Amino acid sequence: MKTQMVNELSGEVDVCALTDIIEDAGTAALVNDMQIALFYIKKLDQVLAISNYDPFSEANVLSRGIIGSLGEQLVVASPIYKQHFNLVTGQCVEDEKVSIAVYPTKIVQGRVVVMDPCA
Amino acid sequence: MSDKKKLVVIGNGMVGHKFLQSMVNNEALQDYEVTTFCEETRLAYDRVQLSSYFSGQSEEDLSLVEPGFFEKNNITVHVGDRASSIDREAKKVLSNNGQSIPYDKLVLATGSFPFVPPIPGHERENCFVYRTIDDLIDIKKAGEKSKVGVVIGGGLLGLEAAKALKDLGLKTHVVEFAPRLMAVQIDDGAGEVLRKKIEDLGVSVHTQKNTQAIVDGEQCLHRMNFADGTFIETDVILFSAGIRPRDDIARDCGLTLGERGGVVINDHCQTSDEDIYAIGECALWDGKIFGLVAPGYQMAQVVADQLSAKENSFTGADMSTKLKLMGVDVASIGDAHAVTENSKVYTYVNGSDEVYKKIVVSEDKKHLLGAVLIGDAVDYGNLLQMKLNDIALPEHPDSLILPQRDGSGSTGLGVEALPDTAQICSCYDVSKGALCQAVADGATTMAALKECTSATTGCGGCTALVGQVLNKELEKLGMDVNTDLCEHFAYTRQDLYNLIRVNEIKTFDEMLEKYGKGYGCDLCKPAIGSILASCWNDYVLEKPHVGLQDTNDRFLANIQKNGTYSVVPRIPGGEITPEKLIAIGEVAKKHQLYTKITGGQRVDLFGAKKEMLPVIWKELIDAGFETGHAYGKALRTVKSCVGSTWCRYGVDDSVTAAINLENRYKGLRAPHKIKFAVSGCTRECAEAQSKDVGVIATENGWNLYLCGNGGMKPRHADLFATDLDYETLVKYIDRFLMFYVKTADRLQRTSTWMMNLEGGVDYLRDVVIDDSLGLADTFEKEMQTVVDNYQCEWKTTVENEERSKSFKAFVNSDKGDSQIVFVPERGQLRPANKEEILAKLN
Repeated sequence: MKTQMVNELSGEVDVCALTDIIEDAGTAALVNDMQIALFYIKKLDQVLAISNYDPFSEANVLSRGIIGSLGEQLVVASPIYKQHFNLVTGQCVEDEKVSIAVYPTKIVQGRVVVMDPCA
Repeated sequence: MSDKKKLVVIGNGMVGHKFLQSMVNNEALQDYEVTTFCEETRLAYDRVQLSSYFSGQSEEDLSLVEPGFFEKNNITVHVGDRASSIDREAKKVLSNNGQSIPYDKLVLATGSFPFVPPIPGHERENCFVYRTIDDLIDIKKAGEKSKVGVVIGGGLLGLEAAKALKDLGLKTHVVEFAPRLMAVQIDDGAGEVLRKKIEDLGVSVHTQKNTQAIVDGEQCLHRMNFADGTFIETDVILFSAGIRPRDDIARDCGLTLGERGGVVINDHCQTSDEDIYAIGECALWDGKIFGLVAPGYQMAQVVADQLSAKENSFTGADMSTKLKLMGVDVASIGDAHAVTENSKVYTYVNGSDEVYKKIVVSEDKKHLLGAVLIGDAVDYGNLLQMKLNDIALPEHPDSLILPQRDGSGSTGLGVEALPDTAQICSCYDVSKGALCQAVADGATTMAALKECTSATTGCGGCTALVGQVLNKELEKLGMDVNTDLCEHFAYTRQDLYNLIRVNEIKTFDEMLEKYGKGYGCDLCKPAIGSILASCWNDYVLEKPHVGLQDTNDRFLANIQKNGTYSVVPRIPGGEITPEKLIAIGEVAKKHQLYTKITGGQRVDLFGAKKEMLPVIWKELIDAGFETGHAYGKALRTVKSCVGSTWCRYGVDDSVTAAINLENRYKGLRAPHKIKFAVSGCTRECAEAQSKDVGVIATENGWNLYLCGNGGMKPRHADLFATDLDYETLVKYIDRFLMFYVKTADRLQRTSTWMMNLEGGVDYLRDVVIDDSLGLADTFEKEMQTVVDNYQCEWKTTVENEERSKSFKAFVNSDKGDSQIVFVPERGQLRPANKEEILAKLN
């Protein structure tokens, strides 16, 4: 797909314009057929990306969770059973045995760029 | 089996049943084979609340027997069979139906019967006593054909009976032989205030009337002729002239009785035969019959303890009472008549508000001996504790009853002054120590404390004190009652509500900046989102609000386990045209949605992927539907029966009322979901009494029930107000809902909210009906604003392309979520389970 061809050699994928993401809320994106949840944290002017798959409900829903902070951690709460996941490390707050994938991102000239999970 | 001792209990009234419960609680039943006789065809029920049968409570509501109690505890019960005699030689109890049950230990809990003075004519038609549910059924039947009713006897029970007649819509009179009402409990001054208050309620009071004969009337069925030559005509007569112990079975078998009746018992509640006990109103202890339920319960516990080898004895009971008679607070404590030698009396009378307070203190003014309170009994709990625990009085005892107008607060005692043994709830014999223990064990809210100790659930007179004990204990446990909403806001939901209202805050970010810290979380964001919506009713998907919403509110649908959503169009009152029903069917068929009828008389369409939602809603809106708010903490449905339009029993048009109510309150955001129902008659087919707001039509208008719910902890709604016209009904509901929205905690349903209000439903009545906070107007205006700003969120959403786009599965692709898999079942689709998904992938 054209919009995903920023720099394939380095595994970087252009996903969307920053303005396509609602601030302080989540959005799902498809990157090489992998579902990713993107969150734009306005205060930090930073986009954080994690897997969209919630291992507890086994559904692709994390982009629809509410984001916030627990102590120093930035987290998203699963909309199904409400477990929290650290947006930076992917660690589940309630269950130390569970963690999910996180993906480095950057904002380049108003575009959101994600490291291709398959690269 | 056979080595078990045989225990027989005669009587399954309140006290007889309490005894059985106490045996169960003592875990003493493994040693006994228990048989009980219940003369009435109904097992134990709450006689104290008998008059509530006329204000809408059912027989089941009054029952004191939890389902399966007898089976579970292996107790044989003979219902509708009267124990007729006791053979003490053979140690057997014989019954009317021919049972012959041997006993090792026997408990008499035969209770009392109403005394009917031998007035000529007392056996005429429509002359009743007021004791059993059967009596009430007869009274109700007679009341339907009558206009006027008289209660003979102005005591406590007589006034209850008068309320019952009034509830039946009769012109009601109370006729009392003594010079004042409640002659036993209160003095002349109090009697006068009480009389005025009761007459204000439309009940005529006639004191010093000695009824000589009941004869044929001219206007009514009866004429009652009094000794002073006057008369009253009436259709129904209720005798409430005191009680007499039912001691005939004891008399017949030769047990010692008192001179004026009553089975004589010792401190262990044993009669003159040590294997026979007597408890409750049939028992005579120290020359006294105790005509209240609390002493009967104490006796029941004493005997249960004896039979489980525990030391306990009955040492008399405090006869203080507090009740609400026809909405008037009446309380009497200890030596109300100041008969103690050299006692001193302080009296406060407020003629304008009709409040009367009196305290009786010892000669040295150090100790409280008694008190009478009419019209305002909030001090009852404090005063009672002062007396029972002999707490030293303040220097000026009158400060206890004088109004505190300088804002210095009540001079009442602090709960800390009470010893652990102080009995706080006399109905359920709950001590301060027991309450403290319950708090320490985790009952840290009023509702939890009520549930585990039963305190306050009897007469409710101790509610304020229990609240004080709770708060003090929480403080002591260092729990400091952390009511902060979450780590980001050090405020309660109510505080946040007020901050938002007063400072006209419109966004979460503004709120966080001014009053919070951090980034917010999944607790405070939806809570504040909901408050913002309750106050200003903005579109919830407006940019600043969208990130605050739980997924259901964010996508205006209900998320299901596989990440798809269900869709519920509004069907006000459950009324729907065939065309619209077909339209729903067409939409469901086209998008292959699983269809199910809900409990709230709507249709739920399952299995919509989020990107399908705007399309589905476009079609539903085109067919004339609005959003049903099934996803929101908001008004859900107003269920209704078909009402007087069709039903041959209906007395009013419940469907129109339900539709109007639903259209008025639809979209109101609240701390939790809210459900309504409207029934067209007391058959109650809409199940209104299990709803937050229930409305039932009667011949005289609408009855309003509040704070019920189904679900995990079902609760019957409280009858809140009766015979309302539709306008008043709406006013009360406006005020109730706004008060709830304003003051409830996050995710607190109306029932728990109400139970946590100090003063419970009575307080709620004060606020909503009597406008005690002076906020009624504000509540109504605020509600009107919400009503005026209503919008169908789905209409707003589908009309805006940008917003519709935000439902796309992926921001960068037009594909859908390929991992959502359905399989067919019974002609529809359902989510595939794990094995089915794996099978499909292979």
